[in-house]
Amino acid sequence: MKADPVRRERLVEVFLTAPGFVWLLLFFLLPTFNVLLISFRPSTLTGGIGEGWTLDTLQQLRNPDYPGILFRTLWVSLAITVSCLLLSVPVAYFLARCSQRWKTRLLLLIMIPFLTNFIIRVFAWKVILHPEGWLASVLAFAGLIPPGTQLLYNVRAVILVSVYTYLPFALLPVYAVAEKFDFALMEAAMDLGCNRIQAFFRVFVPGISRGLWTATLLVLIPNLGAYVVPDIVGGHSSSMLGNVIVRRLFSDRNLPHAAGLSSVLTVLVLLPMIVVILHRRRREAH
Amino acid sequence: MKRSRFPLVVTVLVMLFFYLPVLVLVVNSFNRSRSSGPWTGFTLDWYVRLFGRRDIWEAFGNTLIIAVSASAASMLLGTLAAFALHRYRTRLQDAHYTMVYTPLVVPEILLGISLLLLFVALGVERNLTVLFIGHTTFCISYVTMVVLARLQDFDFAMVEAAQDLGAGPWTIARRVIIPLLAPGIFAGGLLAFTLSIDDYVISFFLSGPGTTTLPIKINAMIRRDAPALINALSSIMLCVTFLLVGLSQKLNKENRT
Repeated sequence: MKADPVRRERLVEVFLTAPGFVWLLLFFLLPTFNVLLISFRPSTLTGGIGEGWTLDTLQQLRNPDYPGILFRTLWVSLAITVSCLLLSVPVAYFLARCSQRWKTRLLLLIMIPFLTNFIIRVFAWKVILHPEGWLASVLAFAGLIPPGTQLLYNVRAVILVSVYTYLPFALLPVYAVAEKFDFALMEAAMDLGCNRIQAFFRVFVPGISRGLWTATLLVLIPNLGAYVVPDIVGGHSSSMLGNVIVRRLFSDRNLPHAAGLSSVLTVLVLLPMIVVILHRRRREAH
Repeated sequence: MKRSRFPLVVTVLVMLFFYLPVLVLVVNSFNRSRSSGPWTGFTLDWYVRLFGRRDIWEAFGNTLIIAVSASAASMLLGTLAAFALHRYRTRLQDAHYTMVYTPLVVPEILLGISLLLLFVALGVERNLTVLFIGHTTFCISYVTMVVLARLQDFDFAMVEAAQDLGAGPWTIARRVIIPLLAPGIFAGGLLAFTLSIDDYVISFFLSGPGTTTLPIKINAMIRRDAPALINALSSIMLCVTFLLVGLSQKLNKENRT
């Protein structure tokens, strides 16, 4: 009789855990392994998945274009992440030192544009960067660019628009940590002879490093799999891994090949995740 | 201590950066030019035409059906999961946490492709159910995290008190836990609803001929016919967003006082 409450508690735990766990098992974990399996299947002429096993996809992945695309995916994602961090640190610093009233107001102001549809926000940039748009005319008038310069369909446009769409994902975690930062520490550093800039970089920035790591994770990983932004404002010279996957999937209808590339992407996103998680655990151990 | 102006300047510039595209959309929705190019005169024509587009309204209907059903399902599954994660510290919960956390960081394109290939492998047609499954899958994790955060302040003494007074588990769930947790569950549901309405990538992989959602429709319109119509549509959506945010702020204030 004594073991009964323990068993009962265990049953309750299983009852609470099972629904969500089984759902994610069926529709998240299982499909991820399925993708890996499909990369070793032959493709059929009708764009389906054939029977039997083959290493064809592995052969096709040695495409000479792929290292370049992989490299671009990496550096573009890194450039986006670094830009987001550089912008969010001063903004988070400013917000953290605002009065409570202004904090709520400014945070709300930051959130509102991002409650509009993602596709629409990307589209708005297509309008702004249009060669006959007003931005191009202003820049040309100021003599910064020659008239008729194409601002769209290149890597710069992809980085700019991605920074726009991902900045809140960096800003909010950095702000969340900065808000709890004790600014008396900076004053102490300055009393001890630091100047303002030194105090900022040697006391404030290390103090919010946890937020910076979270921000890195939240911006870098989705951008490694970016597909929409390079598709709308990027050109042929700026396709990323995500675009190639979609092309293989829908234009060429080579499902195993698309599955193989997706598996490469999975490995690519697992690496930064492991680095950040290890870093976190090491900090917690200290 | 004299403060540096630099953070203020960056903040103002970032705000301008955030609102520039929004402003351009609203202004262009009254622009007579078809291609959203230079200003050619004021018109309300795009708004009038928008109401005549049956296909847009149909896509909007699909989006709503999916958003409502996926947020309802993920509210249920996410709340149960959050309870398990909060109450137990077992090996099972470690695995459970990893399973719930990973979809939050994995790029959406991977979720979309893996589900698409699963349904292809199973020979399932792409219909609204498929979309519902896809959206629920990514919404569960968000709801779980929101409810889990709210559970940190949850007072379990209430549950024990109810037990001492002789309430059964169902009564406790229905009359103690759910009413106390309702704000957290609804906050999670609201987040799931917004994410589902906004979702493009997952829907791009899972929507079929008859199951176009609004973001998919918008993307097709950007490419094909009328960017000007999208300006009008986004301006309306923006107004609704402003109204909703204002309303929720007002409700919050009234609740606090």
